[in-house]
Amino acid sequence: MHPAYSVIFFTVSSGIGFGLIMLAGVFAGLGRLPADQPLALMVMSFALATAVAGLMSSALHLGHPERAWRAFSQWRTSWLSREGVAAVLTFPPALFFAFGWGVMGDLSSPYACAGGIAAVLALITVLCTGMIYQSLAAIRAWANPLVTPGYIIMALATGSLWLAAAMRMTGHYDPAIAHLPFATVLAAWIIKGLYWWRIDHHKGGPTAQSATGLGGEGTSVKLLEAPHTQENFVMREMGYHVARRHAVRLRRFAQAFGFALPLVLTESLLVLPGNGGIALTATLIAALSGTIGISVERWLFFAEARHAVTLYYGAQRV
Amino acid sequence: MTDYPALTDKALGLVIDLDTCVGCHACAVNCKEWNTGGHSAPLTDEDPYGADATGVWFNRIHAFEVDEGTAGRTVHFPRSCLHCAEPACVTVCPTGASYKREEDGIVLVDEDLCIGCKLCSWACPYGAREYDQDAGVMKKCTMCIDRIYNENLPEAERVPACVSTCPANARHFGDLGDPTSEVSILVAERGGYDLMPEMGMKPTNKYLPPRPRANTCDQGEDEGPAPASGFLGFVDRVFSR
Repeated sequence: MHPAYSVIFFTVSSGIGFGLIMLAGVFAGLGRLPADQPLALMVMSFALATAVAGLMSSALHLGHPERAWRAFSQWRTSWLSREGVAAVLTFPPALFFAFGWGVMGDLSSPYACAGGIAAVLALITVLCTGMIYQSLAAIRAWANPLVTPGYIIMALATGSLWLAAAMRMTGHYDPAIAHLPFATVLAAWIIKGLYWWRIDHHKGGPTAQSATGLGGEGTSVKLLEAPHTQENFVMREMGYHVARRHAVRLRRFAQAFGFALPLVLTESLLVLPGNGGIALTATLIAALSGTIGISVERWLFFAEARHAVTLYYGAQRV
Repeated sequence: MTDYPALTDKALGLVIDLDTCVGCHACAVNCKEWNTGGHSAPLTDEDPYGADATGVWFNRIHAFEVDEGTAGRTVHFPRSCLHCAEPACVTVCPTGASYKREEDGIVLVDEDLCIGCKLCSWACPYGAREYDQDAGVMKKCTMCIDRIYNENLPEAERVPACVSTCPANARHFGDLGDPTSEVSILVAERGGYDLMPEMGMKPTNKYLPPRPRANTCDQGEDEGPAPASGFLGFVDRVFSR
């Protein structure tokens, strides 16, 4: 599948935004967030900005962005429509929560409740994002029960890295939030590792034989002549594939920057005293590194996924 | 609503005979010709006279080599929308632009509702949908709704453009939902099949397999050298024909 930068940016950026909304809402509900206005303004403006920027990017990549509002209508069947509805519904409680926490400096029940509602809606939004991909039978790598948990855990992983960084920047320390990246990043690494293992060990599935209905057991079906001399939309959009050796290298990069480095940095911090500059720098590097690594992971998510239509253009198996 | 109807009154579709298709691309060309002025007009071409010409077509003709050596054969393989009974392209559409008609089962795009998100083209395993970069909307085979119901055309021409133009009579059009229709009988007689049934989309269009071929290369190979002359040689020559 063609790895469009608009979609990579959308899923990574709004993943951070909705991940932060989820975490802030939950920790507010648990009474673990300091009612501190600079922290609140930093966390909520960053969360809302990344969520909105992601959604804008996905809307601008449409053929007709001015008709994007129509996408709210088909929530009964379409995960894309559900995602749009859930994303928009997340904003009123998230804004109310941000107002309470950031402007009023108040995390008492109405605002904390709004934070909790926003967290649930943010979770539903990311779940819908994952289901958009997971529901596509034509793309075997994605029709995989690890896809949606992967999207949710990577939103939480990047969100927790930025939340931990924001806490450090405003001089707060809570061991639960400081250790959270360890749990979320490790879980993300495990789920992504399982996903890669699964797509590398696929058996069965559609073949050139089943796509054409030609040839039986043990006979070959090879493309002799393509229908057209130049690439068409189908080949450009669905026929993109990355060379295996590049994929291996990029997987290593994604794991080093997306998972390993943030894990090491956020845990090594604990030995450092106080809220010193080194600790702050390390949390910021962990958040940036995690974001870059997850962006590479997202590029691979598209580039490594092979669409069934490629069977008509020379692929033997997808 | 982008849910598809559970049951359509008719299931209009194509039956494509891979035994007789000669791979001439006439169906694809006539499809382009008709549809660039039809329901989904225009079928935009980009750089049409340049080195990297590309554009929207509803029908693509592949050629496959099935098996190898003396057992091998070339099969020409037209590919277009299969107007599935359970089309994923319809359910994924966030706007309701992609829909399946209850009266005849034809899958269409309402270009005034399409936002150009391309998700339907991702959902289709068969590559039936082609995005029009210029119009910013998705386009696809319409089963020539502007021909098959067109009372201005003589009745014999009220079939899809691809069917009307096929010189090898390899394309047939009719109601595959009616087991007594000519196309349904043809499918039953010839063992017509679905492409990638494992995708679960229940395609309406059917493909007829190439007929088994007499393999002339193997004849008489096991019987040793034929007597070259005399009466036995004459008898052998007569019965070997």
